[in-house]
Amino acid sequence: MAARLVFLGRLEDAAGMPEMAIEPGALEQVLARLDPALAVELLGERVRLALNGALLPETGGVILADGDELAFLPPVSGG
Amino acid sequence: MPPADVRLLGDPFDPAAELAAFTARHPQAGGVVSFLGQVREGDGVEALELRQYGPLTLPGMQRLAEATLARWALEGLMILHRHGRMHPADPIVLVAASARHRRDAFAAADFAMDHLKSDSWFWKREKADGQWRWIEPREQDYADRARW
Repeated sequence: MAARLVFLGRLEDAAGMPEMAIEPGALEQVLARLDPALAVELLGERVRLALNGALLPETGGVILADGDELAFLPPVSGG
Repeated sequence: MPPADVRLLGDPFDPAAELAAFTARHPQAGGVVSFLGQVREGDGVEALELRQYGPLTLPGMQRLAEATLARWALEGLMILHRHGRMHPADPIVLVAASARHRRDAFAAADFAMDHLKSDSWFWKREKADGQWRWIEPREQDYADRARW
């Protein structure tokens, strides 16, 4: 089993893929195993997070379990 | 509150047919106000792509519809929004509000559009000169939302 990171908008280009399977664990540890340039983008001030479809009020303390999906949401530009 | 017709569409739609069907469903409305957004031609734009995120995008549109219905006295509300790839002149978004009196319909359609532009979970990129480029949000979109 694994957890999944989903990259929306320009973060998909930064990651080079729309989603990525990762080892579960604390988000800081998950990010530490990524390309540092990508990790910096993902932690951008204007990037919101959604865990299993629910927006997180803040990014601290996130721990990913098996089967979790964490989405990184840059500012929207719709309509 | 009347139910809203909210759809996230992966394929092209016919705005005239949708608006005719919506209007026919609300014969008691004295006025129907609609807004159609389409892919703008020019600046070398060959294509536009809107990406959505399943768990957030449609539920967010449904919440926006509920907020719009709660705020104005409407007979009906329709919000249709494309995702996927589009070309210049393709319809992107259609909002229609019907009401007994026109002011409510104008305001509701305006409110729904401002929030679709600034708050909805869509990410947009354009292809020009063979290159895809992500579009950042415009300050004007936040200013438009702040009017409410």
